[in-house]
Amino acid sequence: MSSRSNKSLICISCPIGCHLTVEYDKDNLREENIKISGNKCSRGITYGREEVLAPKRTVTATVSIASEIQRRLPVKTTKHIDKVLIFELLDNLYSLKVKPPVNIGERLIENFKGTGVDVVATMKLDR
Amino acid sequence: MREAVFDTVVVGGGAAGLAASKIIAERGYRVALVERENRLGGILNQCIHNGFGLHYFKEELTGPEYAQRFIETTAGTPNIEVFLETTVMDVKTSRADNNNSGKGSTNSPGTKEVFCYSSRYGVLKIITKTIVLAMGSRERNRGNIGIPGTRPAGIFTAGLAQRFVNIEGYSPGENVVIIGSGDIGLIMARRMTLIGARVLAVIEIQPYPSGLTRNIVQCLRDFDIPLHLSHIVSRIYGRDRVEAVDVTPVRNGKPEMEETFKIKCDTLLLSVGLVPENELSKKFGVKINPETGGAVVDAHMMTSVDGVFSCGNVLHIHDLVDYVSEESIAAASFACDYMEERGKWPAAEQFPTVASSNIKYVIPNSYDPEINNRFFFRPMIVKNNAKLCIRMENEDKEQKTLLEKRLLHVQPSEMVSVNIKSERIKEFLRDGEENRLVFSIQ
Ligand SMILES: Cc1cc2nc3c(=O)[nH]c(=O)nc-3n(C[C@H](O)[C@H](O)[C@H](O)COP(=O)(O)OP(=O)(O)OC[C@H]3O[C@@H](n4cnc5c(N)ncnc54)[C@H](O)[C@@H]3O)c2cc1C
Ligand code: SF4
Repeated sequence: MSSRSNKSLICISCPIGCHLTVEYDKDNLREENIKISGNKCSRGITYGREEVLAPKRTVTATVSIASEIQRRLPVKTTKHIDKVLIFELLDNLYSLKVKPPVNIGERLIENFKGTGVDVVATMKLDR
Repeated sequence: MREAVFDTVVVGGGAAGLAASKIIAERGYRVALVERENRLGGILNQCIHNGFGLHYFKEELTGPEYAQRFIETTAGTPNIEVFLETTVMDVKTSRADNNNSGKGSTNSPGTKEVFCYSSRYGVLKIITKTIVLAMGSRERNRGNIGIPGTRPAGIFTAGLAQRFVNIEGYSPGENVVIIGSGDIGLIMARRMTLIGARVLAVIEIQPYPSGLTRNIVQCLRDFDIPLHLSHIVSRIYGRDRVEAVDVTPVRNGKPEMEETFKIKCDTLLLSVGLVPENELSKKFGVKINPETGGAVVDAHMMTSVDGVFSCGNVLHIHDLVDYVSEESIAAASFACDYMEERGKWPAAEQFPTVASSNIKYVIPNSYDPEINNRFFFRPMIVKNNAKLCIRMENEDKEQKTLLEKRLLHVQPSEMVSVNIKSERIKEFLRDGEENRLVFSIQ
Protein backbone atom coordinates (compact mmCIF):
# COMPACT_ATOMS: atom_id res chain seq x y z
CA MET A 1 0.00 0.00 0.00
CA SER A 2 1.29 3.39 -0.85
CA SER A 3 0.64 6.26 1.54
CA ARG A 4 -0.22 9.60 -0.06
CA SER A 5 0.80 12.64 1.98
CA ASN A 6 -0.24 16.27 1.73
CA LYS A 7 1.85 19.28 2.42
CA SER A 8 0.89 22.91 2.06
CA LEU A 9 3.69 25.18 0.98
CA ILE A 10 4.04 28.72 -0.15
CA CYS A 11 6.04 29.12 -3.33
CA ILE A 12 8.85 31.57 -2.74
CA SER A 13 10.23 31.67 -6.25
CA CYS A 14 8.65 35.07 -6.77
CA PRO A 15 6.89 37.71 -4.66
CA ILE A 16 3.41 36.50 -5.64
CA GLY A 17 3.74 33.65 -3.16
CA CYS A 18 1.25 31.10 -4.48
CA HIS A 19 -0.21 28.75 -1.90
CA LEU A 20 0.68 25.29 -3.15
CA THR A 21 -0.70 21.92 -2.21
CA VAL A 22 1.87 19.20 -2.68
CA GLU A 23 0.72 15.61 -2.77
CA TYR A 24 3.33 12.89 -2.69
CA ASP A 25 3.99 9.30 -1.75
CA LYS A 26 6.24 9.10 1.28
CA ASP A 27 7.39 5.58 0.50
CA ASN A 28 7.98 6.25 -3.15
CA LEU A 29 9.51 9.69 -3.43
CA ARG A 30 10.01 10.23 -7.11
CA GLU A 31 9.66 13.40 -9.10
CA GLU A 32 6.84 12.09 -11.26
CA ASN A 33 4.90 11.02 -8.15
CA ILE A 34 4.71 14.51 -6.74
CA LYS A 35 1.50 16.31 -7.61
CA ILE A 36 1.32 20.05 -7.22
CA SER A 37 -1.62 22.41 -7.41
CA GLY A 38 -2.20 26.09 -6.72
CA ASN A 39 0.80 27.29 -8.74
CA LYS A 40 0.41 30.13 -11.20
CA CYS A 41 3.43 29.17 -13.26
CA SER A 42 5.79 26.28 -13.85
CA ARG A 43 8.35 27.53 -11.37
CA GLY A 44 5.88 26.61 -8.65
CA ILE A 45 6.14 22.97 -9.72
CA THR A 46 9.93 23.04 -9.59
CA TYR A 47 9.80 24.66 -6.18
CA GLY A 48 7.24 22.23 -4.73
CA ARG A 49 9.20 19.23 -5.98
CA GLU A 50 12.45 20.52 -4.58
CA GLU A 51 10.95 21.32 -1.20
CA VAL A 52 9.92 17.70 -0.88
CA LEU A 53 12.99 16.07 -2.43
CA ALA A 54 15.90 18.32 -1.46
CA PRO A 55 15.14 21.81 -0.17
CA LYS A 56 17.49 24.48 -1.49
CA ARG A 57 18.02 28.17 -0.85
CA THR A 58 19.94 31.07 -2.30
CA VAL A 59 22.21 32.35 0.44
CA THR A 60 23.06 36.02 0.84
CA ALA A 61 25.63 37.12 3.39
CA THR A 62 28.55 39.50 3.79
CA VAL A 63 32.29 38.97 3.96
CA SER A 64 35.07 41.07 5.40
CA ILE A 65 36.51 43.72 3.06
CA ALA A 66 39.26 46.28 3.59
CA SER A 67 37.28 49.09 1.91
CA GLU A 68 37.07 52.79 2.69
CA ILE A 69 33.37 52.77 1.91
CA GLN A 70 32.06 50.00 4.14
CA ARG A 71 33.39 47.14 6.22
CA ARG A 72 31.36 44.29 4.74
CA LEU A 73 31.00 43.17 1.14
CA PRO A 74 27.61 41.66 0.30
CA VAL A 75 27.69 38.33 -1.54
CA LYS A 76 25.29 35.69 -2.85
CA THR A 77 25.32 32.14 -4.14
CA THR A 78 24.86 31.93 -7.91
CA LYS A 79 22.29 29.14 -7.52
CA HIS A 80 20.21 27.56 -4.82
CA ILE A 81 22.27 25.45 -2.46
CA ASP A 82 21.15 22.49 -0.32
CA LYS A 83 19.73 23.78 2.94
CA VAL A 84 21.92 21.40 4.94
CA LEU A 85 25.06 23.01 3.50
CA ILE A 86 24.20 26.61 4.45
CA PHE A 87 26.09 26.86 7.72
CA GLU A 88 29.18 25.16 6.32
CA LEU A 89 29.17 27.63 3.44
CA LEU A 90 28.88 30.52 5.90
CA ASP A 91 31.92 29.26 7.85
CA ASN A 92 33.88 29.39 4.60
CA LEU A 93 32.65 32.89 3.83
CA TYR A 94 33.43 34.26 7.27
CA SER A 95 37.08 33.31 6.89
CA LEU A 96 37.48 35.28 3.63
CA LYS A 97 39.21 38.65 3.54
CA VAL A 98 38.64 40.60 0.32
CA LYS A 99 40.56 43.63 -0.99
CA PRO A 100 39.02 46.30 -3.21
CA PRO A 101 38.45 46.99 -6.03
CA VAL A 102 35.74 44.42 -6.42
CA ASN A 103 32.94 44.36 -8.97
CA ILE A 104 29.46 42.85 -9.04
CA GLY A 105 29.65 39.22 -10.11
CA GLU A 106 33.27 38.71 -9.10
CA ARG A 107 33.76 35.09 -7.97
CA LEU A 108 34.87 34.63 -4.38
CA ILE A 109 34.23 30.88 -4.01
CA GLU A 110 34.11 28.55 -6.98
CA ASN A 111 32.11 25.32 -7.18
CA PHE A 112 31.49 24.99 -3.45
CA LYS A 113 32.04 21.36 -2.43
CA GLY A 114 31.40 20.19 -5.96
CA THR A 115 27.81 21.49 -5.97
CA GLY A 116 28.37 23.71 -8.99
CA VAL A 117 27.42 26.70 -6.87
CA ASP A 118 29.67 29.77 -6.80
CA VAL A 119 29.65 32.72 -4.43
CA VAL A 120 29.86 36.17 -6.06
CA ALA A 121 30.08 39.77 -4.89
CA THR A 122 26.83 41.75 -5.19
CA MET A 123 28.23 45.24 -4.71
CA LYS A 124 30.80 47.28 -6.55
CA LEU A 125 33.36 48.73 -4.15
CA ASP A 126 36.16 50.67 -5.85
CA ARG A 127 38.30 51.58 -2.90
CA MET B 1 26.02 81.02 -1.76
CA ARG B 2 26.44 78.90 -4.87
CA GLU B 3 23.58 79.06 -7.35
CA ALA B 4 22.62 76.69 -10.12
CA VAL B 5 19.76 76.35 -12.59
CA PHE B 6 18.17 73.03 -13.56
CA ASP B 7 14.88 71.95 -15.13
CA THR B 8 14.21 69.48 -12.33
CA VAL B 9 15.50 68.84 -8.84
CA VAL B 10 15.10 65.25 -7.66
CA VAL B 11 15.30 65.04 -3.86
CA GLY B 12 16.75 61.69 -2.77
CA GLY B 13 18.88 59.18 -4.70
CA GLY B 14 17.23 55.89 -3.72
CA ALA B 15 15.31 53.62 -6.08
CA ALA B 16 12.67 56.31 -6.64
CA GLY B 17 15.03 59.21 -7.28
CA LEU B 18 17.28 57.16 -9.56
CA ALA B 19 14.45 56.01 -11.81
CA ALA B 20 12.88 59.47 -11.94
CA SER B 21 16.19 61.20 -12.83
CA LYS B 22 16.88 58.73 -15.62
CA ILE B 23 13.53 59.28 -17.30
CA ILE B 24 13.61 63.06 -17.05
CA ALA B 25 17.16 63.25 -18.40
CA GLU B 26 16.28 60.93 -21.28
CA ARG B 27 13.51 63.34 -22.26
CA GLY B 28 16.17 66.02 -22.60
CA TYR B 29 15.77 67.98 -19.38
CA ARG B 30 18.62 68.86 -17.04
CA VAL B 31 18.33 67.16 -13.66
CA ALA B 32 19.97 67.89 -10.31
CA LEU B 33 19.88 64.67 -8.29
CA VAL B 34 20.43 65.59 -4.65
CA GLU B 35 21.36 62.88 -2.13
CA ARG B 36 22.12 63.29 1.58
CA GLU B 37 24.41 60.24 1.84
CA ASN B 38 27.83 59.78 0.23
CA ARG B 39 26.49 57.43 -2.44
CA LEU B 40 23.37 56.66 -4.45
CA GLY B 41 21.03 53.70 -3.89
CA GLY B 42 19.29 54.63 -0.67
CA ILE B 43 17.95 51.83 1.50
CA LEU B 44 18.80 49.26 -1.21
CA ASN B 45 22.47 49.41 -0.20
CA GLN B 46 21.74 47.68 3.09
CA CYS B 47 19.17 45.19 1.72
CA ILE B 48 21.69 42.50 0.82
CA HIS B 49 19.03 39.77 0.56
CA ASN B 50 17.56 38.82 -2.80
CA GLY B 51 14.03 39.17 -4.09
CA PHE B 52 14.36 42.46 -5.92
CA GLY B 53 13.67 43.03 -9.59
CA LEU B 54 11.50 40.07 -10.54
CA HIS B 55 8.86 42.32 -12.11
CA TYR B 56 11.10 45.04 -13.44
CA PHE B 57 14.19 43.15 -14.64
CA LYS B 58 12.58 39.68 -14.78
CA GLU B 59 15.37 38.28 -12.67
CA GLU B 60 16.06 37.98 -8.99
CA LEU B 61 18.56 40.49 -7.67
CA THR B 62 19.84 41.64 -4.30
CA GLY B 63 19.24 45.25 -3.22
CA PRO B 64 22.75 46.52 -4.08
CA GLU B 65 22.58 44.84 -7.51
CA TYR B 66 19.20 46.40 -8.25
CA ALA B 67 20.57 49.81 -7.24
CA GLN B 68 23.69 49.38 -9.36
CA ARG B 69 21.66 48.77 -12.53
CA PHE B 70 20.06 52.19 -12.10
CA ILE B 71 23.18 53.93 -10.85
CA GLU B 72 25.09 52.89 -13.97
CA THR B 73 22.49 54.20 -16.40
CA THR B 74 21.57 57.25 -14.32
CA ALA B 75 24.89 58.59 -13.15
CA GLY B 76 26.36 58.22 -16.65
CA THR B 77 23.72 60.38 -18.32
CA PRO B 78 25.14 63.77 -19.36
CA ASN B 79 21.94 65.61 -18.43
CA ILE B 80 22.18 64.56 -14.78
CA GLU B 81 24.34 66.21 -12.19
CA VAL B 82 24.59 64.27 -8.94
CA PHE B 83 25.09 66.19 -5.69
CA LEU B 84 26.21 63.78 -2.96
CA GLU B 85 26.39 64.53 0.75
CA THR B 86 23.91 67.29 0.05
CA THR B 87 20.66 67.68 1.96
CA VAL B 88 17.66 69.63 0.72
CA MET B 89 16.73 71.87 3.64
CA ASP B 90 13.92 74.02 2.26
CA VAL B 91 11.96 74.91 -0.84
CA LYS B 92 10.49 78.26 -1.82
CA THR B 93 7.70 78.23 -4.38
CA SER B 94 5.83 81.13 -5.88
CA ARG B 95 2.51 81.99 -4.31
CA ALA B 96 0.70 81.09 -7.50
CA ASP B 97 1.97 77.49 -7.32
CA ASN B 98 0.89 76.93 -3.77
CA ASN B 99 -2.78 76.19 -4.01
CA ASN B 100 -3.54 75.54 -0.39
CA SER B 101 -1.54 78.12 1.53
CA GLY B 102 -0.03 81.56 1.23
CA LYS B 103 3.41 80.21 1.98
CA GLY B 104 5.02 80.82 -1.39
CA SER B 105 7.53 83.57 -2.03
CA THR B 106 7.23 86.20 -4.72
CA ASN B 107 9.03 84.03 -7.29
CA SER B 108 7.59 84.22 -10.75
CA PRO B 109 4.99 81.47 -11.31
CA GLY B 110 6.52 78.11 -12.04
CA THR B 111 9.91 78.96 -10.57
CA LYS B 112 11.08 77.23 -7.43
CA GLU B 113 14.13 77.72 -5.28
CA VAL B 114 15.61 74.65 -3.64
CA PHE B 115 17.97 75.32 -0.72
CA CYS B 116 20.53 72.63 0.01
CA TYR B 117 23.30 72.26 2.50
CA SER B 118 26.37 70.17 1.89
CA SER B 119 29.75 69.72 3.47
CA ARG B 120 31.21 69.97 -0.04
CA TYR B 121 29.41 73.01 -1.46
CA GLY B 122 28.17 74.83 1.63
CA VAL B 123 24.77 76.38 1.00
CA LEU B 124 23.54 75.79 -2.52
CA LYS B 125 20.51 77.36 -4.17
CA ILE B 126 19.02 75.55 -7.15
CA ILE B 127 16.48 77.36 -9.29
CA THR B 128 14.15 74.95 -11.02
CA LYS B 129 10.79 74.41 -12.76
CA THR B 130 9.87 71.08 -11.26
CA ILE B 131 10.71 69.07 -8.15
CA VAL B 132 10.41 65.33 -7.66
CA LEU B 133 10.15 64.36 -4.00
CA ALA B 134 11.84 60.97 -3.46
CA MET B 135 13.01 61.13 0.17
CA GLY B 136 12.00 57.59 1.13
CA SER B 137 10.87 56.69 4.64
CA ARG B 138 12.00 56.36 8.23
CA GLU B 139 11.27 53.69 10.82
CA ARG B 140 8.72 53.85 13.60
CA ASN B 141 10.43 53.44 16.96
CA ARG B 142 9.65 52.56 20.56
CA GLY B 143 8.03 55.93 21.15
CA ASN B 144 5.43 55.02 18.52
CA ILE B 145 4.32 51.83 20.31
CA GLY B 146 4.83 52.67 24.00
CA ILE B 147 6.12 49.61 25.87
CA PRO B 148 6.41 50.08 29.64
CA GLY B 149 9.57 49.20 31.56
CA THR B 150 13.13 50.42 31.81
CA ARG B 151 15.12 52.11 29.03
CA PRO B 152 18.23 49.96 28.80
CA ALA B 153 20.66 49.66 25.90
CA GLY B 154 20.06 46.92 23.35
CA ILE B 155 16.89 48.23 21.71
CA PHE B 156 17.20 49.00 18.00
CA THR B 157 14.91 49.52 15.07
CA ALA B 158 15.31 46.60 12.66
CA GLY B 159 16.54 48.78 9.81
CA LEU B 160 19.25 50.32 11.97
CA ALA B 161 20.32 46.82 13.04
CA GLN B 162 20.40 45.87 9.36
CA ARG B 163 22.76 48.74 8.66
CA PHE B 164 25.01 47.75 11.59
CA VAL B 165 25.27 44.15 10.42
CA ASN B 166 25.45 44.57 6.65
CA ILE B 167 27.44 47.77 6.25
CA GLU B 168 29.30 48.47 9.44
CA GLY B 169 29.97 44.84 10.22
CA TYR B 170 29.02 44.34 13.83
CA SER B 171 26.24 42.49 15.56
CA PRO B 172 23.76 44.30 17.79
CA GLY B 173 23.50 41.31 20.17
CA GLU B 174 23.29 37.57 20.75
CA ASN B 175 19.86 36.63 22.05
CA VAL B 176 17.27 38.50 20.10
CA VAL B 177 13.53 39.11 20.35
CA ILE B 178 11.87 40.90 17.46
CA ILE B 179 8.82 43.06 18.03
CA GLY B 180 6.56 43.32 15.00
CA SER B 181 6.49 41.04 11.98
CA GLY B 182 7.21 43.68 9.33
CA ASP B 183 9.48 42.65 6.47
CA ILE B 184 12.58 44.30 7.82
CA GLY B 185 12.14 42.41 11.12
CA LEU B 186 11.67 39.10 9.30
CA ILE B 187 14.69 39.70 7.08
CA MET B 188 16.69 40.55 10.19
CA ALA B 189 15.52 37.39 11.98
CA ARG B 190 17.23 35.34 9.26
CA ARG B 191 20.20 37.66 9.04
CA MET B 192 20.89 37.49 12.80
CA THR B 193 20.58 33.69 12.65
CA LEU B 194 23.09 33.51 9.81
CA ILE B 195 25.67 35.55 11.72
CA GLY B 196 25.35 33.21 14.68
CA ALA B 197 22.89 34.99 16.97
CA ARG B 198 19.83 33.25 18.40
CA VAL B 199 16.46 34.69 17.47
CA LEU B 200 14.11 33.53 20.22
CA ALA B 201 10.78 34.88 18.99
CA VAL B 202 8.94 37.31 16.78
CA ILE B 203 6.04 39.00 18.58
CA GLU B 204 3.13 40.39 16.53
CA ILE B 205 0.08 42.12 18.01
CA GLN B 206 -2.13 41.43 14.97
CA PRO B 207 -3.64 37.99 14.32
CA TYR B 208 -1.79 37.88 10.97
CA PRO B 209 1.82 38.62 10.06
CA SER B 210 2.47 42.10 8.70
CA GLY B 211 5.32 41.04 6.41
CA LEU B 212 5.26 39.28 3.05
CA THR B 213 4.43 35.58 3.08
CA ARG B 214 7.65 34.60 1.41
CA ASN B 215 9.57 36.26 4.22
CA ILE B 216 7.62 34.26 6.81
CA VAL B 217 8.61 31.11 4.92
CA GLN B 218 12.23 31.97 4.16
CA CYS B 219 13.16 33.84 7.29
CA LEU B 220 11.21 32.21 10.13
CA ARG B 221 9.97 28.73 9.14
CA ASP B 222 13.34 27.81 7.65
CA PHE B 223 15.05 28.33 10.99
CA ASP B 224 12.18 27.28 13.28
CA ILE B 225 11.86 30.74 14.75
CA PRO B 226 8.57 31.00 16.67
CA LEU B 227 6.09 33.65 15.52
CA HIS B 228 3.65 34.66 18.27
CA LEU B 229 0.64 36.23 16.59
CA SER B 230 -1.85 38.19 18.74
CA HIS B 231 0.86 38.76 21.37
CA ILE B 232 2.51 41.88 22.76
CA VAL B 233 5.70 42.64 24.62
CA SER B 234 4.20 43.96 27.84
CA ARG B 235 7.36 44.77 29.75
CA ILE B 236 11.09 45.26 29.21
CA TYR B 237 13.56 44.27 31.96
CA GLY B 238 17.19 45.32 32.46
CA ARG B 239 19.05 48.32 33.85
CA ASP B 240 22.05 48.89 31.64
CA ARG B 241 21.27 46.33 28.96
CA VAL B 242 18.06 44.50 28.04
CA GLU B 243 17.80 41.31 30.16
CA ALA B 244 14.34 39.94 29.38
CA VAL B 245 10.86 40.77 28.10
CA ASP B 246 7.36 39.79 29.19
CA VAL B 247 5.18 38.49 26.39
CA THR B 248 1.39 38.54 26.79
CA PRO B 249 -1.30 37.08 24.55
CA VAL B 250 -4.05 39.40 23.39
CA ARG B 251 -7.64 38.19 23.02
CA ASN B 252 -10.45 40.37 21.72
CA GLY B 253 -8.22 43.37 22.00
CA LYS B 254 -7.45 42.71 25.70
CA PRO B 255 -4.10 41.50 27.08
CA GLU B 256 -4.47 38.29 29.11
CA MET B 257 -1.99 39.24 31.84
CA GLU B 258 -2.19 35.92 33.72
CA GLU B 259 -0.88 34.09 30.63
CA THR B 260 2.22 36.28 30.43
CA PHE B 261 5.54 34.49 29.89
CA LYS B 262 9.08 35.76 30.09
CA ILE B 263 11.83 35.48 27.47
CA LYS B 264 15.44 36.13 28.45
CA CYS B 265 17.25 38.16 25.80
CA ASP B 266 19.86 40.89 25.42
CA THR B 267 18.55 42.57 22.27
CA LEU B 268 15.21 43.84 21.02
CA LEU B 269 14.62 44.72 17.39
CA LEU B 270 11.59 46.82 16.53
CA SER B 271 9.95 46.22 13.20
CA VAL B 272 6.77 48.18 13.58
CA GLY B 273 6.56 49.91 10.25
CA LEU B 274 7.87 52.73 8.12
CA VAL B 275 6.60 56.28 7.76
CA PRO B 276 7.11 58.46 4.68
CA GLU B 277 9.77 61.11 5.31
CA ASN B 278 7.80 64.30 4.64
CA GLU B 279 9.25 66.89 7.04
CA LEU B 280 10.59 68.82 4.06
CA SER B 281 7.36 68.56 2.05
CA LYS B 282 5.27 69.86 4.95
CA LYS B 283 7.59 72.85 5.33
CA PHE B 284 6.58 74.27 1.96
CA GLY B 285 2.89 73.45 2.10
CA VAL B 286 2.55 70.04 0.41
CA LYS B 287 -0.79 68.59 1.49
CA ILE B 288 -0.41 65.24 3.32
CA ASN B 289 -2.83 62.31 3.18
CA PRO B 290 -3.38 61.07 6.77
CA GLU B 291 -3.95 57.48 5.54
CA THR B 292 -0.56 57.16 3.84
CA GLY B 293 1.57 59.80 5.55
CA GLY B 294 2.56 60.79 2.02
CA ALA B 295 1.47 63.64 -0.23
CA VAL B 296 -1.97 63.85 -1.77
CA VAL B 297 -1.33 63.41 -5.49
CA ASP B 298 -3.46 63.88 -8.57
CA ALA B 299 -3.69 61.54 -11.54
CA HIS B 300 -0.31 62.87 -12.74
CA MET B 301 1.42 62.20 -9.41
CA MET B 302 1.55 65.93 -8.78
CA THR B 303 1.19 67.15 -5.20
CA SER B 304 -0.93 70.09 -4.06
CA VAL B 305 2.00 72.35 -4.99
CA ASP B 306 2.13 73.04 -8.73
CA GLY B 307 5.13 71.43 -10.43
CA VAL B 308 6.04 69.30 -7.41
CA PHE B 309 5.74 65.52 -7.89
CA SER B 310 6.16 62.63 -5.46
CA CYS B 311 7.02 58.93 -5.80
CA GLY B 312 8.43 55.94 -3.92
CA ASN B 313 8.31 55.44 -0.17
CA VAL B 314 7.89 59.14 0.51
CA LEU B 315 4.52 58.93 -1.26
CA HIS B 316 3.34 55.68 0.33
CA ILE B 317 5.18 52.69 1.77
CA HIS B 318 5.97 50.07 -0.87
CA ASP B 319 6.84 46.45 -0.20
CA LEU B 320 8.29 45.91 -3.66
CA VAL B 321 11.04 48.04 -5.11
CA ASP B 322 9.81 47.12 -8.60
CA TYR B 323 6.66 49.13 -7.96
CA VAL B 324 8.79 52.01 -6.68
CA SER B 325 10.67 52.11 -9.97
CA GLU B 326 7.50 51.83 -12.01
CA GLU B 327 5.70 54.55 -10.05
CA SER B 328 8.73 56.84 -10.24
CA ILE B 329 8.98 56.41 -14.00
CA ALA B 330 5.32 57.41 -14.25
CA ALA B 331 5.80 60.44 -11.98
CA ALA B 332 8.88 61.51 -13.95
CA SER B 333 7.06 61.24 -17.28
CA PHE B 334 4.26 63.42 -15.93
CA ALA B 335 6.84 65.95 -14.74
CA CYS B 336 8.19 66.07 -18.31
CA ASP B 337 4.68 66.43 -19.77
CA TYR B 338 4.14 69.26 -17.34
CA MET B 339 7.23 71.06 -18.59
CA GLU B 340 6.27 70.48 -22.20
CA GLU B 341 2.71 71.62 -21.79
CA ARG B 342 3.27 74.54 -19.44
CA GLY B 343 0.28 76.84 -19.57
CA LYS B 344 -2.10 74.17 -20.85
CA TRP B 345 -1.61 72.06 -17.71
CA PRO B 346 -3.55 70.27 -16.39
CA ALA B 347 -4.93 69.13 -19.71
CA ALA B 348 -8.21 67.61 -18.56
CA GLU B 349 -10.56 67.70 -15.62
CA GLN B 350 -9.79 65.12 -12.92
CA PHE B 351 -12.13 63.25 -10.61
CA PRO B 352 -11.63 61.73 -7.14
CA THR B 353 -10.73 58.16 -6.20
CA VAL B 354 -12.21 56.81 -2.96
CA ALA B 355 -11.09 53.93 -0.72
CA SER B 356 -14.18 52.09 0.51
CA SER B 357 -14.79 48.68 2.20
CA ASN B 358 -11.61 46.89 3.30
CA ILE B 359 -9.26 49.25 1.50
CA LYS B 360 -6.95 51.56 3.42
CA TYR B 361 -6.03 53.92 0.62
CA VAL B 362 -5.93 54.38 -3.15
CA ILE B 363 -3.08 56.15 -4.96
CA PRO B 364 -3.38 58.50 -6.81
CA ASN B 365 -6.14 60.50 -5.15
CA SER B 366 -7.74 61.39 -8.45
CA TYR B 367 -7.92 60.08 -12.00
CA ASP B 368 -7.74 61.57 -15.47
CA PRO B 369 -10.27 60.12 -17.92
CA GLU B 370 -8.03 61.07 -20.85
CA ILE B 371 -5.24 58.66 -19.89
CA ASN B 372 -4.87 54.99 -18.96
CA ASN B 373 -4.81 55.15 -15.18
CA ARG B 374 -2.79 52.87 -12.92
CA PHE B 375 -3.95 52.61 -9.34
CA PHE B 376 -2.20 51.23 -6.27
CA PHE B 377 -4.17 50.31 -3.18
CA ARG B 378 -3.67 48.58 0.14
CA PRO B 379 -6.16 45.98 1.40
CA MET B 380 -7.13 45.92 5.09
CA ILE B 381 -8.06 42.23 5.25
CA VAL B 382 -6.43 38.85 4.80
CA LYS B 383 -8.43 36.78 2.34
CA ASN B 384 -8.13 34.17 -0.37
CA ASN B 385 -10.18 34.57 -3.51
CA ALA B 386 -11.29 38.09 -2.68
CA LYS B 387 -13.36 40.22 -5.02
CA LEU B 388 -12.15 43.64 -6.07
CA CYS B 389 -14.89 45.98 -7.16
CA ILE B 390 -14.46 49.41 -8.74
CA ARG B 391 -17.60 51.47 -9.19
CA MET B 392 -18.49 54.89 -10.49
CA GLU B 393 -20.58 56.76 -7.94
CA ASN B 394 -22.59 59.92 -8.38
CA GLU B 395 -24.88 62.25 -6.43
CA ASP B 396 -28.02 60.23 -7.08
CA LYS B 397 -26.24 57.32 -5.36
CA GLU B 398 -26.61 55.27 -8.49
CA GLN B 399 -23.52 53.10 -8.71
CA LYS B 400 -22.21 51.54 -11.85
CA THR B 401 -19.69 48.71 -11.73
CA LEU B 402 -16.72 49.54 -13.88
CA LEU B 403 -14.55 46.59 -13.00
CA GLU B 404 -14.82 43.38 -11.03
CA LYS B 405 -11.85 41.16 -10.51
CA ARG B 406 -10.96 38.07 -8.50
CA LEU B 407 -7.84 38.45 -6.40
CA LEU B 408 -6.24 35.13 -5.49
CA HIS B 409 -4.92 36.33 -2.16
CA VAL B 410 -4.99 39.71 -0.43
CA GLN B 411 -3.35 40.86 2.78
CA PRO B 412 -2.44 44.26 4.22
CA SER B 413 1.29 43.78 3.60
CA GLU B 414 0.82 43.30 -0.13
CA MET B 415 -0.06 46.29 -2.22
CA VAL B 416 -2.33 45.62 -5.19
CA SER B 417 -2.31 47.47 -8.49
CA VAL B 418 -4.84 47.68 -11.27
CA ASN B 419 -4.98 49.42 -14.65
CA ILE B 420 -8.09 51.01 -16.11
CA LYS B 421 -8.16 52.16 -19.69
CA SER B 422 -9.28 55.62 -20.67
CA GLU B 423 -12.05 54.24 -22.94
CA ARG B 424 -13.51 52.17 -20.11
CA ILE B 425 -13.65 55.17 -17.79
CA LYS B 426 -15.24 57.37 -20.46
CA GLU B 427 -18.09 54.88 -20.89
CA PHE B 428 -19.19 55.67 -17.36
CA LEU B 429 -18.37 59.35 -17.08
CA ARG B 430 -21.30 61.74 -16.67
CA ASP B 431 -21.23 65.43 -17.50
CA GLY B 432 -21.16 67.87 -14.64
CA GLU B 433 -21.12 65.12 -12.00
CA GLU B 434 -18.60 64.21 -9.36
CA ASN B 435 -17.76 60.82 -10.97
CA ARG B 436 -16.16 59.31 -7.88
CA LEU B 437 -14.26 56.07 -8.52
CA VAL B 438 -14.94 53.88 -5.47
CA PHE B 439 -12.68 50.91 -4.67
CA SER B 440 -13.74 48.05 -2.41
CA ILE B 441 -12.76 44.46 -1.60
CA GLN B 442 -15.20 41.77 -0.49
C1 LIG C 1 14.68 46.94 5.04
C2 LIG C 1 13.90 46.89 3.76
C3 LIG C 1 13.78 45.67 3.07
C4 LIG C 1 13.12 45.62 1.85
N1 LIG C 1 13.05 44.43 1.17
C5 LIG C 1 12.53 44.39 -0.09
C6 LIG C 1 12.56 43.18 -0.88
O1 LIG C 1 12.98 42.12 -0.41
N2 LIG C 1 12.10 43.22 -2.15
C7 LIG C 1 11.62 44.38 -2.69
O2 LIG C 1 11.26 44.38 -3.87
N3 LIG C 1 11.55 45.51 -1.96
C8 LIG C 1 11.99 45.57 -0.67
N4 LIG C 1 11.93 46.74 0.06
C9 LIG C 1 11.22 47.90 -0.50
C10 LIG C 1 12.04 48.77 -1.42
O3 LIG C 1 13.38 48.43 -1.41
C11 LIG C 1 11.95 50.20 -0.99
O4 LIG C 1 10.60 50.50 -0.92
C12 LIG C 1 12.65 51.14 -1.99
O5 LIG C 1 14.00 50.83 -2.14
C13 LIG C 1 12.47 52.57 -1.51
O6 LIG C 1 13.07 53.47 -2.41
P1 LIG C 1 12.95 55.04 -2.21
O7 LIG C 1 13.82 55.65 -3.23
O8 LIG C 1 11.54 55.43 -2.14
O9 LIG C 1 13.53 55.32 -0.75
P2 LIG C 1 15.02 55.23 -0.15
O10 LIG C 1 15.76 54.10 -0.68
O11 LIG C 1 14.85 55.32 1.32
O12 LIG C 1 15.74 56.54 -0.71
C14 LIG C 1 15.52 57.83 -0.21
C15 LIG C 1 16.80 58.61 -0.31
O13 LIG C 1 16.54 59.98 -0.09
C16 LIG C 1 17.59 60.53 0.66
N5 LIG C 1 17.05 61.75 1.32
C17 LIG C 1 16.04 61.82 2.23
N6 LIG C 1 15.80 63.09 2.57
C18 LIG C 1 16.66 63.85 1.85
C19 LIG C 1 16.88 65.27 1.76
N7 LIG C 1 16.18 66.14 2.46
N8 LIG C 1 17.86 65.70 0.92
C20 LIG C 1 18.59 64.81 0.18
N9 LIG C 1 18.41 63.48 0.23
C21 LIG C 1 17.46 63.00 1.06
C22 LIG C 1 18.00 59.42 1.59
O14 LIG C 1 19.32 59.58 2.05
C23 LIG C 1 17.83 58.19 0.70
O15 LIG C 1 19.03 57.84 0.05
C24 LIG C 1 12.56 46.81 1.31
C25 LIG C 1 12.64 48.01 2.02
C26 LIG C 1 13.30 48.07 3.23
C27 LIG C 1 13.34 49.38 3.97
S1 SF4 D 1 4.10 29.49 -8.78
FE1 SF4 D 1 5.01 30.98 -10.15
S2 SF4 D 1 3.74 32.80 -9.86
FE2 SF4 D 1 3.33 31.46 -8.12
S3 SF4 D 1 4.77 32.16 -6.53
FE3 SF4 D 1 5.73 30.48 -7.65
S4 SF4 D 1 6.97 31.51 -9.19
FE4 SF4 D 1 5.48 33.01 -8.46
